Amino acid sequence: MPKYDTVIGLEIHVALLTKSKLFCGCSTTFGGEPNSQCCPICLGLPGALPRLNERAVEYAIKAGLALNCTIHEISRFDRKNYYYPDLPKAYQITQEFYPLCTDGYLEYFYGDSLARTKITRIHLEEEAGKLIHSGASIIDSDYSLVDYNRAGIPLIEIVTAPDIRSPQQARIFLEQLRLLLNYIGVSDTKMEEGSLRCDANISLKPLGSTQLGTRVELKNLNSFRALERALTYEERRQGEILDRGDKVNQESRTWDERRGRTLPMRSKADALDYRFFPEPDLPRLKLRPGWVEEIKSTIPELPMERLSRYEREYGLSRYEATFFVNYPDFGQLCEKLAAMGWEGSRAANLLMGEYARLAREKGHLTPERLAGLLEIIEDGLISSNQTADVLEELFNSNLSAREIVLEKGWQVLADTDELQALIGEVLQGNVELVERYRAGETKLYGFFVGQVMRATEGKADPKIVNDLLRKELGT
Amino acid sequence: MRKTAALLEKRQISSEELVKQYLTRIEEADPQINAFITCSGEEALAQARDADRRRARGEALSPWDGIPIAVKDNISTMGLRTTCASKFLAEYVPVFDAAVVENVRKAGLPILGKTNLDEFAMGSSSEYSAFGVTKNPHDLERVAGGSSGGSAAAVAAGEAPWALGTDTGGSIRQPAAFCGVVGLKPTYGRVSRYGVVALAPSLDQVGPLATCVEDAAILFSLLAGPDRRDAISSQSRPFSLPEWDLDSVRGLRVGVPKEFFGSGLNPEVEQAVNACLGELERLGAQLQSISLYTNEYAIETYLTIVTAEASSCLARFDGVRYGRRVEAADSNTMFAKSRAAGFGPEVKRRIMLGTYVLSAKQYKLFYEQAQRVRALIQQDVAQALKQVDLIVTPTTPNTAFKIGEKRNPLEMYLSDLYTALANLSGIPALSLPCGRDSRGLPIGIQFMGRHFEEELLFQAAYAVEQTQRRGEDA
Ligand SMILES: [Zn+2]
Repeated sequence: MPKYDTVIGLEIHVALLTKSKLFCGCSTTFGGEPNSQCCPICLGLPGALPRLNERAVEYAIKAGLALNCTIHEISRFDRKNYYYPDLPKAYQITQEFYPLCTDGYLEYFYGDSLARTKITRIHLEEEAGKLIHSGASIIDSDYSLVDYNRAGIPLIEIVTAPDIRSPQQARIFLEQLRLLLNYIGVSDTKMEEGSLRCDANISLKPLGSTQLGTRVELKNLNSFRALERALTYEERRQGEILDRGDKVNQESRTWDERRGRTLPMRSKADALDYRFFPEPDLPRLKLRPGWVEEIKSTIPELPMERLSRYEREYGLSRYEATFFVNYPDFGQLCEKLAAMGWEGSRAANLLMGEYARLAREKGHLTPERLAGLLEIIEDGLISSNQTADVLEELFNSNLSAREIVLEKGWQVLADTDELQALIGEVLQGNVELVERYRAGETKLYGFFVGQVMRATEGKADPKIVNDLLRKELGT
Repeated sequence: MRKTAALLEKRQISSEELVKQYLTRIEEADPQINAFITCSGEEALAQARDADRRRARGEALSPWDGIPIAVKDNISTMGLRTTCASKFLAEYVPVFDAAVVENVRKAGLPILGKTNLDEFAMGSSSEYSAFGVTKNPHDLERVAGGSSGGSAAAVAAGEAPWALGTDTGGSIRQPAAFCGVVGLKPTYGRVSRYGVVALAPSLDQVGPLATCVEDAAILFSLLAGPDRRDAISSQSRPFSLPEWDLDSVRGLRVGVPKEFFGSGLNPEVEQAVNACLGELERLGAQLQSISLYTNEYAIETYLTIVTAEASSCLARFDGVRYGRRVEAADSNTMFAKSRAAGFGPEVKRRIMLGTYVLSAKQYKLFYEQAQRVRALIQQDVAQALKQVDLIVTPTTPNTAFKIGEKRNPLEMYLSDLYTALANLSGIPALSLPCGRDSRGLPIGIQFMGRHFEEELLFQAAYAVEQTQRRGEDA
């Protein structure tokens, strides 16, 4: 029995997919020549002033709506002051005191049950530049260079309440959040490019206690796996400290992926004083009337809505529906096939098996070609165990499923007379075994089936073979 | 300026000749006065020749095409170094023009050079300049005021016909008063701040300095209007020149706040201002005694806000991208050493103060409290401007002081006693010369009005100016 409740909260930074930066017209494209996407504003040159990108506000509102937040008609920007070479103005423009969105939640399936994680706030802020060290890290570098291409890219920071109860749940929440953001198209959420970043707070408290424990902030969680592993490590580390009767130190710790452990970064005592104050260069952000409603009307079907629709309309299992929701490209094929009249479970059967592996490698087939395949299975032109071979060919040729089968001569042998003759031959060639079978050694039945299938190179219709064989053997 | 414009129009003088005259004057006078940090004579002459060619083709950009101007050195000029009178930016050359510089270039004004100021506009005497003090053309032992001391002195000494300044707490009006020129701090948000090196963004404004009211109005008309690059100026309106008619003050309700005439006001200044008020009355204005009780808190409020904002705005001068850098083993040491070497004592003092008032523990006590008082000040001023159309006060309690006289920073901060109120409440305010003290030093009178009602300030100041001229002629 565990002795502690785990309490986890997440802070997620999401780079928005706007064409230009939050306060200037520079491009946000990833991977440009260093310092080629900068201007006086995002370089913080003396006298340059910020000008708010409306599209970024729109995207932040969209995320807020999709996460069931209150969208505030009036919010404000503030300055967060600190020195770092990648921060051109030595302050970040953010929304500390009056964020754009507050009090939302995300619902998702965690195991079999529906979980709800509260979203405390979503606010807009600007991204910093990027340091490029001459050595492996800042400590062992002779010099560092700064690339300001990233500086000023719009971010939203999404902060959850400490509602999450396990490292696994944290991971699933983050995956579902990412899926949601992809659905509404506000971010490409690529953790490896840094367009989705997550910090986590974790604390333990005695089972059932209402008093929160001392929390530790985890940084440098660069993948879903790292998030779960770091939290799992930290859960155990804190548990051991509490078991010993010691106190957990309030601090920030960094995840060392290679060594699989968290390491202290800085304790609360050396926390920075960011000297927040209202940004005087920008007026209050006042949303024009009707704008939020307009944005609301552009929000597409969200993952949870789609999940229940797939279950309801296509009769898919939770497992199948989840697959299609998580992989909307597959989901779309399923919907197209359903629109052509195919049963959801049949489409799922086809799409989630061998097809998924091939499609991930080679790209999707058109719904028409897939429907052609379903059709010949339905017609009994091939047996279901031949599906994989036909699929493989569908990816390699332009022929339809039917044409492939006919050209290759793969069609099922369903001619009763021909099969009858074949079966006679098989039985005559194994007279001794037939007698043993009739004497009660029924497990030999499979051998006869195998012999018939081999004689037809696997093309015999198994149902007809069964019927005829049983009749011949007199059982 | 109308006369000069007419001469240019009739080709009785060329822009090149005009610019040469001013450059000669700069060459003669500036070694004593030190109004300019950088003189861009060659560029100005080239711009003047361009202006002459345009005129010859009948393609003058404006009636003022070819009349030169001086620009305060905290306003970015593309390709022309912009030092903010700081060692930190001694070599800094902007890659873009400030919006106001674009505007004067669009009107065809050649730029004579960049004028001196207190470092990063922090000061009231131009003594805190890394490029030496600017001297008052009326008495070389005295200060020109500040922070736009260079611009005011240049205009007063005839080194430039007009100039651009910036005003955060009185930095246009106080030197204008000390040097005997006209200076306007426009309504907050009326002129774009884009490209002006920020001191305190919630207070900063760019404005004109000129020898007479009409010229100040002409220059202001080139500056005012919305600019999409300054989010605060988006509600701005352009300004067109008013009717110059002495009758326009008839029936104006002029408020005289008693708090500005108490102890600490030099009697000679009081007398001069009262004389001007008398003129306004003779012209038909109705004088009313009013109260602006919040002015008592203006300086403390102003200092809290200005230091807080400045500490943040000046943080970007860290030695990473431009300006002074002192190399060190790690970035934090590099920041500290670069800033220690680049900034003068007053800048350091204000950064320390501002960092303190914004610190998590002090924020509520200082910055938040200052914002609340600022709101009260705004209410107080708005209330007063419901009763009257204009408020008239002395611009400064005293005339120009001696160089080195004010050793205590607190004494220096009190120079803004009568001017900070307009910045805190965002209203326009104009300083007009109104006579001289017994030493012959200029005295300034200040006109304040409602947001975006600069026109009224100009008209009233013009009326007073005309009666003074008549007095001088007689
Ligand atoms: Zn930019």
